[in-house]
Amino acid sequence: MLTDKEAKPRIESHGLSSTVVQHIAKLARIELTPDEEDRMKRDLSSILGYIDQLNKVDTDAVEPLYQTTGLVNAMRADEHLNSFPMDERLNERLVGQAPHKSGRYIKVKEVLKAK
Amino acid sequence: MKRNLGHTIRSAHEGMTKGDFTAKDLRADYLTKIKNRNPELNAYLSVFDENTLTTKPSTLNPDAMLTGISCAIKDNMLIEGTITTAGSKILENYTAAYDATVISKLKNAGVTFLGKTNLDEFAMGSSTENSAYGPTKNPLDPTRVPGGSSGGSAAAVAGDLAVFALGSDTGGSIRQPAALCGVVGLKPSYGRVSRHGLIAMASSLDQIGPLTKNVEDAAIVLNAIAGHDKFDSTTVPHEVPDFTAGLDGDIKGLRVGVPKEYFGEGLSAEVREKVLEGIEALKNRGAEIIDISLPYSEYALAAYYIVMPCEVSANLARLDGIRYGHSTKNAENLLEVYTKSRAEGFGSEPRRRIMLGAYALSSGYYDAYYLRAQKVRALIRRDFEEAFKNVDVIVGPTSPTTAFKIGDKSSDPLSMYLADIYTVAINLAGVPAISVPCGLGKESNLPVGFQIIGKMFDEATILRAAYVLEQEIND
Repeated sequence: MLTDKEAKPRIESHGLSSTVVQHIAKLARIELTPDEEDRMKRDLSSILGYIDQLNKVDTDAVEPLYQTTGLVNAMRADEHLNSFPMDERLNERLVGQAPHKSGRYIKVKEVLKAK
Repeated sequence: MKRNLGHTIRSAHEGMTKGDFTAKDLRADYLTKIKNRNPELNAYLSVFDENTLTTKPSTLNPDAMLTGISCAIKDNMLIEGTITTAGSKILENYTAAYDATVISKLKNAGVTFLGKTNLDEFAMGSSTENSAYGPTKNPLDPTRVPGGSSGGSAAAVAGDLAVFALGSDTGGSIRQPAALCGVVGLKPSYGRVSRHGLIAMASSLDQIGPLTKNVEDAAIVLNAIAGHDKFDSTTVPHEVPDFTAGLDGDIKGLRVGVPKEYFGEGLSAEVREKVLEGIEALKNRGAEIIDISLPYSEYALAAYYIVMPCEVSANLARLDGIRYGHSTKNAENLLEVYTKSRAEGFGSEPRRRIMLGAYALSSGYYDAYYLRAQKVRALIRRDFEEAFKNVDVIVGPTSPTTAFKIGDKSSDPLSMYLADIYTVAINLAGVPAISVPCGLGKESNLPVGFQIIGKMFDEATILRAAYVLEQEIND
């Protein structure tokens, strides 16, 4: 049986493989040329190698810190503030900046393929 | 002799109240200076002429220090109706639909905007070489970088192309360029200044703050931009004090902590010498110097390079070629719209950080990277909390070196990241810090930045100490 400590995921030393880099590029929605892929492999491996030192820190009894102000549930009254009244000008600055549009609608390529 | 940086907020204000010149004259004077010097420095990406100027230089209110003052804004903050690029090709033609809260506040204070300043793409970098619009040059030596990512703002202030500027600081991006250009740069406590209308890089770390010619100006600008904002629920509801009130030169009994970890390997001899002289100066003015330790600071940069890219990968996911920004002309299907638009629009540093974040957050790696980094972050924060039980401020260098040559670090991302070794822990912990010039390095003859770190929401005390240090520095 694994002890608690051994069962915890550890940061691996790198060398990222091409398969992994391609997988990350897909998750990140960024197309890479073969040259860029090589460069990315080298850069990410070097950065991850540096990050490996976090393994030396004993974090077992530590709660993670996600934010620093200590604010909890910042809420406001559920009122209509009308801070950004919609008019033609604002509409033009919002929808108007879409690269592909039709009137006041944003156009995207087909999402579901027709059979 | 101290270098003359041109108009401060006070000198410009007094010139206008005495009737020596008007706000319009001041603005015209700066536009001329920009016209002459910007082609060389590339500090500004866009300059507002009278026609695109969004606020009229207001009638002079003798009580309001900022009325009629000309300032520069880092090009990742929105000014309604003007282009905001974030230093990226992907937002080359993006027009801001509203004012950032800091912009509305400055408009209310009567400030006029000269233009938008250059930055590393999406504020990612320490030299402003990562800008898609070319590097900014350091006005003190144009073969050197101004630091980054707020390098355009720092160069604009140091080269007297603005009275003051706003920057943003995620891991040192206000303080490090301030240090390298010999000006004052303040990163407020996280939650002190609204981020509404700031193009987000890493949302739990980003803060907007001033780059100024002296400490008093930093306090004046912070007075104007601080406070709770209904559009940014991470701003705190605390009362905003008058940050100029404590600038009286009295630091008798102030407990100044000197962390041994900030003076180790990697710190250049000339920076070390000047910072130690600065500490001596504070001591001579009555401060009590106390040796302290921040044992987890050696892990700050590694933790930062997980936390920040994870938040980057989430924040920059919105740039998809659909709603705004660059969109590819070569897509066959929806997926290719995303992958090609992003490949064509993002430069190499944002790509690297997005990829790193996507990896660290991906299935099977989350615990090993993101969770572990946030735990180390908690330990880093605890270091500061422990230290601040015994000291009022913590001091050390802002940057390990003075301004480096353009091209020196741009081919190796990791060596560039090390430029932020003394600044990233402050963002992880959320505490405020200021960089104030402490003289010229013996070897390079370039400015050295002295960093003063404070307790959460205690900007007043770091400004007080910085004000005294400023009086003691003669070169």
